[in-house]
Amino acid sequence: MRHIISILLENEPGALARVVGLFAQRSYNIETLTVAPTEDPTLSRMTITTSGPDRVIEQITKQLNKLIEVVKLVDLTEGAHLERELMLIKVKASGSQRAEIKRTADIFRGQIVDVTANVYTIQLTGATDKLEAFIEAIGPNCILETVRTGVSGIARGEKTLSL
Amino acid sequence: MEMLSGGEMLVRSLHEEGVEYVYGYPGGSLLHVYDAFYQQDSVKHVLVRHEQAATHMADGYARATGKPGVVMVTSGPGATNTITGIATAFTDSIPMIVITGQVMSHLIGDDAFQETDMMGISRPIVKHSFSIKHPSEIGETVKKAFHIATTGRPGPVVIDIPKDMTMPNDRHEFSYPKKVKIRSYAPPAKGHSGQIRKAVELLLGAKRPMIYSGGGVILGQASEQLRKLVRELNYPITQTLMGLGAYPATDRQSLGMLGMHGSYEANMAMHHSDVILAIGARFDDRVTNAVSKFCPDAKIVHIDIDPSSISKTVTVDIPIVGPVDSVLDDFLETIAEIDQKPDQKAIESWWKQIEEWRKRHGGAYDKNDNGLLKPQEAIEGLWKATNGDAYICSDVGQHQMFAAQYYKFDKPNRWINSGGLGTMGFGFPAAMGVKLNFPDEMVVCVTGEGSIQMNIQELSTCLQYGIPVKIFCLNNGYLGMVRQWQDMNYEGRHSSSYMESLPDWTMLAESYGHVGINVETKDQLQGAMEDCFGKYKDRLVFVNVAVDPEEHVYPMQVPMGTMRDMWLSKTERT
Repeated sequence: MRHIISILLENEPGALARVVGLFAQRSYNIETLTVAPTEDPTLSRMTITTSGPDRVIEQITKQLNKLIEVVKLVDLTEGAHLERELMLIKVKASGSQRAEIKRTADIFRGQIVDVTANVYTIQLTGATDKLEAFIEAIGPNCILETVRTGVSGIARGEKTLSL
Repeated sequence: MEMLSGGEMLVRSLHEEGVEYVYGYPGGSLLHVYDAFYQQDSVKHVLVRHEQAATHMADGYARATGKPGVVMVTSGPGATNTITGIATAFTDSIPMIVITGQVMSHLIGDDAFQETDMMGISRPIVKHSFSIKHPSEIGETVKKAFHIATTGRPGPVVIDIPKDMTMPNDRHEFSYPKKVKIRSYAPPAKGHSGQIRKAVELLLGAKRPMIYSGGGVILGQASEQLRKLVRELNYPITQTLMGLGAYPATDRQSLGMLGMHGSYEANMAMHHSDVILAIGARFDDRVTNAVSKFCPDAKIVHIDIDPSSISKTVTVDIPIVGPVDSVLDDFLETIAEIDQKPDQKAIESWWKQIEEWRKRHGGAYDKNDNGLLKPQEAIEGLWKATNGDAYICSDVGQHQMFAAQYYKFDKPNRWINSGGLGTMGFGFPAAMGVKLNFPDEMVVCVTGEGSIQMNIQELSTCLQYGIPVKIFCLNNGYLGMVRQWQDMNYEGRHSSSYMESLPDWTMLAESYGHVGINVETKDQLQGAMEDCFGKYKDRLVFVNVAVDPEEHVYPMQVPMGTMRDMWLSKTERT
């Protein structure tokens, strides 16, 4: 099953390497990883999506918690949560395709953020499955390039991950 | 406030931590620090002959005392030579501080002379690591490093120090911090009382209980509590390779070691048990055999300070996360409070069954009648000669298993071996670390002619510092454990397990200024032991003991089987 693990991490050199190294050395799977500082400059917030049997996910959270730089950690998939990912996608758009692509982007609430005579660059935000649905809807033939941020997640409601 | 250079701060910080010996090897990036060493005499430096040995010396010291060992090496090859020793300590959860020099900070990343990314190379095998960015951080970093290395589940901590952090003329205010706070690090202080109560009830209701204790009991200094609990309950106990000595091996309730080369009775009892109390043990693959077939009828209680050890390989029924000493204290209290006693009748018939198992094998082995010693006999001879009271530092292989099986450890911290990583070359420097700190104790390195050659150069260090350890080398001319597997699984094809061109061990010892004794036949063993611990008490003695090369370590579990599937000899299988 897919899990979204959210981590408060000391904003220190080497902390990211320790997290990534842990996944590599113990053969855990990382699907996406995002990291950036928080409003508190001493802390970074990291979101990792991973998948595996419960036993492995339990080990992942326990092993992460053992890292000295990991201040706090939560598996967001254990409760109600929001997840968002941002994608920039460059597609061929010429002739009759242009209108069709624009319509599809509108349906997915994407924005065309750059235009040339033959190319649209579309910005799209949403959960991972929405971005994937869009890629499918556009079709592989006209996609020139995609870049995705990976998932950021946060719990719904009053719950917070903070010190 | 005092103004000190980074080098002085480092040495002073070690002194503040009560460090008496640092094991190391100087080099370019640490010359300022070594100069600071030279100008004081509270912290002594031991110059090894290879950096790996420095880590094992520190490790041996830590295992014998429970205090962290300290290593200091230069950048580049000095640092990389410590990797095996750091990994050895990490796998067995041994507290250790490894200070590595680094090139000047402005050169980092330029592939400078003797530069290597020690932070990166050591990352998977340290509990934590620090890189110093400013000299004024040194005191606090050392304090944090000791705190992290010694608390919770212990482990090695690396401090990487660029040369420019230790400049003699770059002086800063220094006072060693009294306390340390790391907001993201809080090892558990106590076990959950509800879980403990549940565990005690399960334990008292058991009909075929087993106590399975590991290295965590020794690291957590809970041997006394363990003894109380085991005696209070009158339950059988088996100990892992890492746990030997926490409960006395010569006691009736001890079934010896369990696992791949565990005793017949311990493995049988584990397999048939209905409740297992695992204490500071981690269900290692050398203990469980096939995890899916492990102890099918047992409910399992697991006490460990590291939550990630719980249900990592074997799923447990009642986990208790906490320091073993305090959790066992709580167990004893709960047992006293609770209105329930063990099922005397069931326990009695369980013991009867165990005694039958004990009679069937009980560590029996065939002796030769041609005068050639069996390795088991040699270990038994050593045990007698030392009254079972020596510090035994083992290398890795058959001799290690024979020592674990036939040297009956009655005290904790006396059995020092690389159980988890299985590092050949560990035993001799580990013994040096012990002997240096316990000069009046008998300290023996039990080794083989394969392992001893992996750090033989330390004979020179022993002469320089007067470290009279005893080297007890079971010489069978083969890499015995490799040969055993080749005999059992590769139809006796001894691929690269035979050692030709061995040195003359007595001459080798003598050339380093020590004593060498050859034991070629059974009848020479006792005399050699008498000389070793009598006439040559204050000398390093290399005892080269010729043993039967045909001998295998038994029992040996059948791979991928249950706990009770064992070879008991070359011809007998359960």
